[in-house]
Amino acid sequence: MTTTLFYLFSAILIFAALRVVTAKSAVHAAIFLILAFFTTSALWLLLEAEFLAITLVLVYVGAVMVLFLFVVMMLDVNHAALREGFTRYFPAGALVAATIVFEMSLVVGGRYFSSDKFTLTSSHGADYSNTKALGEELYTVHLFEFEVAAAILLIAIVAAIGLTFRRRSESESRKQSIPDQHSVVRRDRVRLLDVASEERKFSLEKQSEETKS
Amino acid sequence: MIELTDFLILGAILFTISMAGIFLNRKNVLILLMAIELMLLAVNINFVAFSHYMGDISGQIFVFFILTVAAAEAAIGLAILVLLFRNRHTINVDDLDELRG
Repeated sequence: MTTTLFYLFSAILIFAALRVVTAKSAVHAAIFLILAFFTTSALWLLLEAEFLAITLVLVYVGAVMVLFLFVVMMLDVNHAALREGFTRYFPAGALVAATIVFEMSLVVGGRYFSSDKFTLTSSHGADYSNTKALGEELYTVHLFEFEVAAAILLIAIVAAIGLTFRRRSESESRKQSIPDQHSVVRRDRVRLLDVASEERKFSLEKQSEETKS
Repeated sequence: MIELTDFLILGAILFTISMAGIFLNRKNVLILLMAIELMLLAVNINFVAFSHYMGDISGQIFVFFILTVAAAEAAIGLAILVLLFRNRHTINVDDLDELRG
């Protein structure tokens, strides 16, 4: 059962990864990347890493990929122009990739990492909590690294906002300035004009017309 | 029964696919960022597999920190991308050659 699930999820994962790098539009690539993350989370559940599997779905599918999709849809990019040269480099790229896979499987294959060398000592029972074990290790042995990670996240927030923040020009902004409003005096708003009065020409002309007739 | 080597080969295949993706899509910065995310995922699969088969939870701690740093990297990378597009109106790698590298 576990073996079947492993091969099923591996096939889906490899298919999704292939589609990410060959997709025609960036939206398709992002959606297949979501599929890849989700399938990986299922594989990690097979490896009894429950906390990280849930974290992967929450953090990656929920936050990072939404950010990716947001940026993909915000940028109006001609993706066809960005794909030129794809078919030209495809044979060489595929050949190099296949060779690297072959060489890496020679290294990580059954000769050095087979079951007799890395045998599973004991599978955890139903009362084992992966989250608890991870938390105990994280908050005791790796406490300093944990705080460094927090600082990195804070720096990332500040950097992302600082990079994309755009201060609008004075004419463009419609902000209310409270001190300016308080220091207003009468001559700023009201202008008194000294206009000389004129005679009522209209009525005189009317009278003269009546006398003519 | 699945063995450690199965997971390692899966990680190797995933890593290689994303590396080939960097070669093939080398004009589109967005796809490059996604390929980097896939590479980090392949490394994480290796870490979790070793953590499981050696009975040592430290591997999962490493994955935790890699996830943190990868999220920060994605946020800053996308912010730089938005800034780049706003100033140059392109994300083609060939057009971004101010430094004459």
